[in-house]
Amino acid sequence: MMAAENDVVARVLRRRAEPTQLLQILREAQEELGWISPEAARAIASALDVPVTRVQSVVQFYSFLYDEPCGRYRILFSDNITYRMLGNRGLFEHMLKRLKLKRGEVSADGAVSVDLTSCTGMCDQGPALLVNNRPVTRMTARRVDEICDLVRDGLPVSEWPADFFRVEDHIRRAGGLLGPRYEPGSALKAAIAFGRQGMLDEMKRSNLRGRGGAGFVTSVKWESCRNAPGADRFVVCNADEGEPGTFKDRVLLSSFAERVFEGMAIAGFVVGAGKGLVYLRGEYQYLLEPLEAKLQAMRRERLLGASICGAQGFDFDIEIHLGAGAYVCGEESALIESLEGKPGKPRIRPPYPVTVGYLGKPTVVDNVETLANATDIAIHGGRDFAGRGTRHSSGSKVLSVSGDCARPGIYEYPFGVRIQQVLEDCGAGDVVAVQISGPSGVCLTPDEFRRQIAFEDVPSSGGFMVFGKDRDVFNVARNFAHFFAHESCGFCTPCRTGTALIRDALDKIADGRGSRYEINELMRLADLLKRTSLCGLGQTAGNPIRDTWLKFRPAYERRLIRGDFDPAVDLDAALARAREISGRDDAGAHIDTHIGAKA
Amino acid sequence: MTPPDSTILIDDVPVPFEPGQTILEAALEAGVFIPHLCFHPELGAHGSCRLCNVIVNGRNISACTMKAASGQEIEVDTWLGESAQAYRRTLVQMLFVEGNHFCPSCEKSGNCQLQALGYDSEMMTPHFVEFYPHRPVDASHPDVLLDLNRCILCELCVRASRDMDGKSVFALAGRGMASHIVVNSPSGKLGDTNFSATDKAAHVCPVGAILIKRVGFAKPIGQRRYDLEPISEEATPRREVEEAK
Repeated sequence: MMAAENDVVARVLRRRAEPTQLLQILREAQEELGWISPEAARAIASALDVPVTRVQSVVQFYSFLYDEPCGRYRILFSDNITYRMLGNRGLFEHMLKRLKLKRGEVSADGAVSVDLTSCTGMCDQGPALLVNNRPVTRMTARRVDEICDLVRDGLPVSEWPADFFRVEDHIRRAGGLLGPRYEPGSALKAAIAFGRQGMLDEMKRSNLRGRGGAGFVTSVKWESCRNAPGADRFVVCNADEGEPGTFKDRVLLSSFAERVFEGMAIAGFVVGAGKGLVYLRGEYQYLLEPLEAKLQAMRRERLLGASICGAQGFDFDIEIHLGAGAYVCGEESALIESLEGKPGKPRIRPPYPVTVGYLGKPTVVDNVETLANATDIAIHGGRDFAGRGTRHSSGSKVLSVSGDCARPGIYEYPFGVRIQQVLEDCGAGDVVAVQISGPSGVCLTPDEFRRQIAFEDVPSSGGFMVFGKDRDVFNVARNFAHFFAHESCGFCTPCRTGTALIRDALDKIADGRGSRYEINELMRLADLLKRTSLCGLGQTAGNPIRDTWLKFRPAYERRLIRGDFDPAVDLDAALARAREISGRDDAGAHIDTHIGAKA
Repeated sequence: MTPPDSTILIDDVPVPFEPGQTILEAALEAGVFIPHLCFHPELGAHGSCRLCNVIVNGRNISACTMKAASGQEIEVDTWLGESAQAYRRTLVQMLFVEGNHFCPSCEKSGNCQLQALGYDSEMMTPHFVEFYPHRPVDASHPDVLLDLNRCILCELCVRASRDMDGKSVFALAGRGMASHIVVNSPSGKLGDTNFSATDKAAHVCPVGAILIKRVGFAKPIGQRRYDLEPISEEATPRREVEEAK
């Protein structure tokens, strides 16, 4: 190992030397080294006294950790369906062409690599990319050229124009959470005044339900954790906002972080936890510094630390962990695995985290927005909160609106708002479909636009993607299928293989070679995944296919061949290697395979 | 009928259980077969292959991870009245096509649980397009062959080496379809580890990914474990259980 590499690893390990911090160690080492070389992996493994395979398993699991050099400038274009609608693929190709690169390839001088990544939560200001983990928004062809010039000139990313990195909140409609001026510490003081049991009672009265999508009643979670046996407890804030088309947690953490942190402290107060952990998705690394500064300020104000607001015995502090590009970590038990420095694979449940969570201790895992809402409940009381929204869905919901509309951004509504209302407010006309809650959610057609955002009607984790009349819904489904295949953790058979089979079947249909046979297969796979997958990722991965087939049949049918079946094996493609070896490419070296395809 | 305490009903057959046992453990002990691959009696549940998926009180759940509890009504052969066999067959087919499984040339043929479950679920073809992944064979160890073409990612070798042999020779790395076993040595080769043919981990592979060298084909194909008796009949006092009903 080179001396410099040795120094970096040693420096990182001086700060952190626990195997549970392996992911953070690798991320910090890579920040300086650019990648995790076999030598660095061995040095880290030996210092932590773990097998080197443990390090490999982590590096190879997370998209943003690299066991090969990947260029001094790592450029990743954010890629989901709404970025595609904004033309990200054209810009991506343009950059590859300008830099004379292939996708994922490192330039000969080791300077730059350009690839795609899953949604980075900038859908309201896309197309977007990450350069060395920093987001660049509002990409245009001109900005691509400017970036290529900066890369050619070797200017460090820290010296690039600040305007590139400007991220807007785009709060278009504020309600009880995003609206009123907030006096820091006011929620904590109110909670202390209620007392631990009193605050729990307010939470019960509020009927607050989890905003991450599942809608579990928060007070039940808190009470179960409080009552679970054991001395140490933890509060975890799930800020792994990975659902494509969702970016409301980014805004909450950018401009309302004190409410989120105070919400965590209130949860700690109620359940008796002394420590809180924020699991911040790797795509939001740029928020780490301001969030750390905010924590410092709160400690100075005695809103965190020992005897918070002077209340004896109320000790609580917060640590931020960064993810490294893995959607599945949004699942709470996978998130806990990742917090423990392991690959983010879901655990077998039960036991649930409220009894056996982080480090095997009782743990509350709540979404960013859920925790921010706890401050509202502390200040105004549970009854006031329960009076807003609908009977079964109290309070407000923050939506991330993107796609075909005049005003994409953040919209907060009381629960019960109709889809039609949101569409009017965001300036969307001629809409053919709305995807609620991202790929794992539900696809709605205009005859359903009178339905309401509420747990009892259309539940939502916050995603609201709008598709205008010229959009081809098949492409939406295919994009989602690729997403799930890319993000499956690989632990259980149906999800690992099934998401790949679904992806391939849709690619075959897109290629003009699919028939009713593929449709039947897709429905059968969607059913199997729903029934047998271990976690929500696999269980919902077939939803967008089933939804769009049922509701947008022509989008599929016009691509299907009339014949019963066209073999998936492409004989002509299978001969490619033989052509390469023999140096032939004449007509005799090809087979016309698409029998029936043009029928 | 209402089962007595400490009894569960598996496809209408009463099965006794000990406190703490999972449904799968209770079933196997009573000789009631539930298909499984990643479970091993000495290493416990893993929950990854999903073949032991059953219906418990109306919901799909893996029998290897669900604790048995009095009064549970469990469907193995049917799921909510519908035959479960097609679902299990699809899972087995998925495991076949994601790896490279050529039974006729595999030393494990006849002793292979994946193959046996293929027969058990009446699988006639792989059904799906084969992925044909590129997976190298590691023959570096003097006594053991590691052929990951046949690996089904059950992690039994990982768990046995870590928990029983105290060596942690294997680990699972990668994500999704790129998941694969890695070997704990600087070269990544099995020959450079302290792995031994007498390790527990050398003898838990349900398929032919880990094979002991120089003993191949000692017993001819056709006379092996699952050639003689289907996997569903191994260790089967099931008839006794049914008679006791």
